[in-house]
Amino acid sequence: MSRGEARGRVPGWGGGHSGRRGRGRRRPCCHGDAGLSICRGFQTEKDSLHSLTVSTMIHSLFLINSSGDIFLEKHWKSVVSRSVCDYFFEAQERATEAENVPPVIPTPHHYLLSVYRHKIFFVAVIQTEVPPLFVIEFLHRVVDTFQDYFGVCSEPVIKDNVVVVYEVLEEMLDNGFPLATESNILKELIKPPTILRTVVNTITGSTNVGDQLPTGQLSVVPWRRTGVKYTNNEAYFDVIEEIDAIIDKSGSTITAEIQGVIDACVKLTGMPDLTLSFMNPRLLDDVSFHPCVRFKRWESERILSFIPPDGNFRLLSYHVSAQNLVAIPVYVKHNISFRDSSSLGRFEITVGPKQTMGKTIEGVTVTSQLPRGVLNMSLVPSQGAHTFDPVTKMLSWDVGKINPQKLPSLKGTMSLQAGASKPDENPTINLQFKIQQLAISGLKVNRLDMYGEKYKPFKGIKYMTKAGKFQVRT
Amino acid sequence: MSSNSFAYNEQSGGGEATELGQEATSTISPSGAFGLFSSDMKKNEDLKQMLESNKDSAKLDAMKRIVGMIAKGKNASELFPAVVKNVASKNIEIKKLVYVYLVRYAEEQQDLALLSISTFQRALKVNGRDPNQLIRASALRVLSSIRVPIIVPIMMLAIKEASADLSPYVRKNAAHAIQKLYSLDPEQKEMLIEIIEKLLKDKSTLVAGSVVMAFEEVCPDRIDLIHKNYRKLCNLLVDVEEWGQVVIIHMLTRYARTQFVSPWKEGDGLEDNEKDFYDSDEEQKEKADKRKRPYTMDPDHRLLIRNTKPLLQSRNAAVVMAVAQLYWHIAPKSEAGIISKSLVRLLRSNREVQYIVLQNIATMSIQRKGMFEPYLKSFYVRSTDPTMIKILKLEILTNLANEANISTLLREFQTYVKSQDKQFAAATIQTIGRCATSITEVSDTCLNGLVCLLSNRDEIVVAESVVVIKKLLQMQPIQHGEIIKHMAKLLDSITVPVARASILWLIGENCERVPKIAPDVLRKTAKSFTSEDDLVKLQILNLGAKLYLTNSKQTKLLTQYILNLGKYDQNYDIRDRTRFIRQLIVPNEKSGALSKYAKKIFLAQKPAPLLESPFKDRDHFQLGTLSHTLNTKATGYLELSNWPEVAPDPSVRNVEVIELAKEWTPAGKAKKENPDEKFYSESEEEEDSSESSSDSESASGSESGEDEEEDHSGDSGEDSGESGSESEAGKGRAAKHAKARGKGDSKDVDKEKENSKSSESSSGESSSIEESSSDSESESESESESESRTITKAKEKKTKQDRNPLTKDVSLLDLDDFNPVSSPVVLPTPALSPSLIADLEGLNLSATSSVISVSTPVFVPGKTHVLLHRMSGKGLAAHYFFPRQPCIFGDKMVSVQITLNNTTDQKIENIHVGGKKLPMGMQMHVFNPIESLEPAGSITVSVGIDFCDSTQTASFQLCTKDDCFSVNIQPPVGELLLPVAMSEKDFKKEQGMLSGMNETSTTIIAAPQNFASSVILQKVVNVANVGVVPSGQDNVHRFAAKTVHSGSLMLVTVELKEGSTAQLIINTEKTVIGSVLLRELKPVLSQG
Repeated sequence: MSRGEARGRVPGWGGGHSGRRGRGRRRPCCHGDAGLSICRGFQTEKDSLHSLTVSTMIHSLFLINSSGDIFLEKHWKSVVSRSVCDYFFEAQERATEAENVPPVIPTPHHYLLSVYRHKIFFVAVIQTEVPPLFVIEFLHRVVDTFQDYFGVCSEPVIKDNVVVVYEVLEEMLDNGFPLATESNILKELIKPPTILRTVVNTITGSTNVGDQLPTGQLSVVPWRRTGVKYTNNEAYFDVIEEIDAIIDKSGSTITAEIQGVIDACVKLTGMPDLTLSFMNPRLLDDVSFHPCVRFKRWESERILSFIPPDGNFRLLSYHVSAQNLVAIPVYVKHNISFRDSSSLGRFEITVGPKQTMGKTIEGVTVTSQLPRGVLNMSLVPSQGAHTFDPVTKMLSWDVGKINPQKLPSLKGTMSLQAGASKPDENPTINLQFKIQQLAISGLKVNRLDMYGEKYKPFKGIKYMTKAGKFQVRT
Repeated sequence: MSSNSFAYNEQSGGGEATELGQEATSTISPSGAFGLFSSDMKKNEDLKQMLESNKDSAKLDAMKRIVGMIAKGKNASELFPAVVKNVASKNIEIKKLVYVYLVRYAEEQQDLALLSISTFQRALKVNGRDPNQLIRASALRVLSSIRVPIIVPIMMLAIKEASADLSPYVRKNAAHAIQKLYSLDPEQKEMLIEIIEKLLKDKSTLVAGSVVMAFEEVCPDRIDLIHKNYRKLCNLLVDVEEWGQVVIIHMLTRYARTQFVSPWKEGDGLEDNEKDFYDSDEEQKEKADKRKRPYTMDPDHRLLIRNTKPLLQSRNAAVVMAVAQLYWHIAPKSEAGIISKSLVRLLRSNREVQYIVLQNIATMSIQRKGMFEPYLKSFYVRSTDPTMIKILKLEILTNLANEANISTLLREFQTYVKSQDKQFAAATIQTIGRCATSITEVSDTCLNGLVCLLSNRDEIVVAESVVVIKKLLQMQPIQHGEIIKHMAKLLDSITVPVARASILWLIGENCERVPKIAPDVLRKTAKSFTSEDDLVKLQILNLGAKLYLTNSKQTKLLTQYILNLGKYDQNYDIRDRTRFIRQLIVPNEKSGALSKYAKKIFLAQKPAPLLESPFKDRDHFQLGTLSHTLNTKATGYLELSNWPEVAPDPSVRNVEVIELAKEWTPAGKAKKENPDEKFYSESEEEEDSSESSSDSESASGSESGEDEEEDHSGDSGEDSGESGSESEAGKGRAAKHAKARGKGDSKDVDKEKENSKSSESSSGESSSIEESSSDSESESESESESESRTITKAKEKKTKQDRNPLTKDVSLLDLDDFNPVSSPVVLPTPALSPSLIADLEGLNLSATSSVISVSTPVFVPGKTHVLLHRMSGKGLAAHYFFPRQPCIFGDKMVSVQITLNNTTDQKIENIHVGGKKLPMGMQMHVFNPIESLEPAGSITVSVGIDFCDSTQTASFQLCTKDDCFSVNIQPPVGELLLPVAMSEKDFKKEQGMLSGMNETSTTIIAAPQNFASSVILQKVVNVANVGVVPSGQDNVHRFAAKTVHSGSLMLVTVELKEGSTAQLIINTEKTVIGSVLLRELKPVLSQG
């Protein structure tokens, strides 16, 4: 309601902004030397100030919630009216689903680049040519930073912490160009809110701005703050692998890949220099590193050598070469049938373990988007709980652990719309699962060594396999 | 909610509503505006009071609330005076928030801002001497963010000062401030450029990204500022922060395109699809000129390519994409393949990243299928993908489809067609249509599949199928009566207008093929005419008109009935069309001359629509740019220039080493010891040092300690500390590299050896490039040069072999991919008719160039050559001839037909091609093994050989069950051509462009009877597979052809002169082939 009303009151997006429009139109001439003389000409005009804006990478940022309200705006240069978002709303309406809103929307004088995460659209306004991935990647980094700061990134949290958000954004971009995006540095400039600090702040009335500005060793190791001290020195590494797979109707694998990451939580005093080596580094087909990893060393010796950032960070993500056959740890037996004349359909799925290397499969959830014709389902699970949303037609079944002796199954009937013809495709089944203490690719960390500091750190490695985009076609 | 809309209104309403709705509470109702107004004033008074209080906590609280207002887009401008007073607050937190406020409102409240400037300036001055670099930087940041023109001089001073600051962080902020000042006052450009020039010399990785950004903003055309810093930027790149990397890589891409010559050699067997990439006419010519001299990659060019490679491993998608576009635009085509893996990796990322990356892959995959073929399965669609991602993936799958994988793909498409996402299902059907046209083997399968879809339940699917089938049938004018009949039946059930219209059009177009059905359809539609959609009505009218012309006996009345209905239709288009048709087809006294041609007008051969990728034309935008994503030129887009024909002087990038020598003395030892050290010594060392700082197994202990101590001077300290052993290794590498380059030269030299003159001169040139770029080390330089020379002379063969493996992985014509028969296809494919393929190939070609279109060859009695004599073949005889057809195995291959005869009295079993010994770049598609050949039996098989436009011999072994025989095929030069149809005008235009070096001519003397046009035609065509160009003059005969491999034009002109002489002129950029052809034609034409 609010959006429609709001727009109803604004006479188009020209209206009161003719001045701004004019600027937009003239702006292009400010590039290149040919245009310069023209720009000079404009200076004599009254609104010379407005005609002289030169491009900046990210001009403004709007945060829009799912009901279409702009709940935060930040401008790094002159203010861009929020009516520019009307173009975005238009695209949003056309796309019907939030996921389908195009990430790049051209408007007459600006370009809107957006990212959709946590049910919030982060819309960046730019005016000139810029690599779109640059902006998109930056927006994602902003979201990551918020998440890092506040634990969750949601509308109420951002509204509650608007001052911190503002300060963080101010540090992240200068004149529209990224300035400090490493969370280590940011946290030194602006302290993240903690419960204790929030209480203290309300009593003393202070903010989260670091009370002492760091003396700044920025040039040496840009991702690590200085003067780190811990009483317990510990370094944890999680090797997490995700299986992306498409399984055929008959159970054969159409495509399967393993994507892995190594997430680290390093709490070490001083400036430790770590090396991490693998038993079988050749498995890693394609890798991308945190900037701290020394690339040359990896190239020559296949050893990860780095001075870690302080706290949580993603050390590495990798892809296991497609040549290696991927072991698929689960199978799904399914029998989903619609009959043409009857208004009932049969639905039956069973999940079972396949190649699990003796480990238990946990946290199994099955979701499936059923065809529109399905009105309701009456199902009986042998374990776990299931729900079916008759509006979105989404079936989800929280299975839990798989017991190989007694395979979990979900059986029952679907009631179909009377008279409707049977849908021509059976639904695909999406699977989620976890296997602890197993890296399905067989990747193994050999050893972790620390140089540069004298103490003995506590080291821990954990392996986990998860389902990524795991789909079974039926 | 209402408060939000309220704020919205106020924002856009401008000044008069500024006081309204400044409070964030959501209880405001628009009706209470007046009450609100007063209470709001109070609120602001409240804030003002808090700001003026003595307590910092109250001030801070007020500032927080004000910042909250700003964040919500509410106007807080009237608090300006109260806020600005606090600019000098000693509390850092308050100060920071005041800065936020000031930056936001200073522009709007200039007068008031000026009042505050003095306070502010004082604060700055104090800060200016602040020992903390962050405070200095932040002061500069705020000052430069206040967009008030009157402080420009102050800003200028501050920037100048900061650009000389000891802290790189402050210098980085100075670089940012340059852009801000420039946007405030472009008059300062010259001064700012000076500062940029100074900052470009900065060696800190922190500064590099920002200053290049400033460069791009202020003076992107001053490429000369980059020269001296080029090598340094390349070497620093790995250590620059990620955002800076993106900017620098994009800038260096542009730089490289202006400073180096193209590394893309034509005819090196690597560019299969990309030939038509930059195929404008001047480009062609440019390429032709370039081929005259062997290509040597400038070491600086190589440096850039090498130093960006590690960045493909970056976690930042923008960096990976930036490197990918750099490789795409400036790396040799054989090396660009390495980017695909990284790009595919990005597909795991968020939806937005996927979207952009997929778009770029779509563009790339059109030109170089091979790059992404191994990753085909990564583009398979998941039901959970957003629709836009699905459609992009589909696009890429289509681009990657070929004979080898089409059956798998079609099976995959079958799943997609059934998708619940109907938009995607419809797109899949379009895709199947495109596959059907691009891969002829499966066109019937696809067509059958589409026909099956016609019985689908979903109307959108059916409609889309109808439309695609219509296009397919139009493209293949073969008898498809059955399908048309089937579709006619569908007319009763389909309601989607586009589909109905398509069916009607098809029936009308083929009304003579379905003579019984067509009138019946007309009868039915006449009945429903009034209730049809406008689109359908138009097609009914068309159908009526066509039937009237072909079958007036049965349909005359019906048509007239329809025309009458149309006459009174509500839609004026339909009324117009009705009137027009009536005048044309119904003979009456008024009808003019046109009605005679009615049949020609209505039943003309319609050109088939081209089903091509929407990404076809995107390649003229630099990849990875906003313009590419939008497919329109975005504001501020900088064009990527074409490669220069001649590289500008590379010595401009040389940096005086002396200047640096002082700083580097500790490391200098190694430098002197190592005579191999190369020209970019400075930069190499820097790289090495950064390398060694990261290579720290042995030194890590001491190094990390050092790190802590190090301040801004860290870089140089590190350098001096520990470049030792590593730098040596680095130099060794550089030397090796130089050698490799030398080899590269020689390869090219030997390739062009026929063109000895020009090659010699240019090899001289290339060595001179090296000479000039290597300042000090004459020793190493001469060494490498002489080495390259010897290789040139001696190791011809070896270099050729060296090349082979290179071509293999990139080449599209990998032989394994071509097994059309063995690959399982959903339905049995009918035997291929080469002529059909020729048709389609013609189509494809006409899409890329308006001039070059393959025509059918002039018939000549085929000359057969002996491949294997029956004596030497132990009874197996083989002959070959060139059928002069486009080859069905690949459009760069010459098709060769081999006739095998069994002259023994026993079966010969398992005849196949054994080992092949092909010169580099050459490809051969062999025939399927023949199980057995009966005594006295004979069989003809066809093979395709890509001769790479040379007359080199293709040697291979013809094997039977028991024996192997080595055989050779050497093509006559005339068989390396395909005839081309073009008009005289086009011919002259092309000829005009192929003058000078590209023209060879000779004079022929012969008896006059030999100069009869038919004789000349016969003689020329006998020698070469050329097409005749219609000529307006009797004494000039023109022939046109293109080379099979590279598609270069070959224009032959025979101009008859008086006195039984004639001038024979050949224009082609393939000068070698041209001159050989000239040699061959001359005796043929002159002899009696």
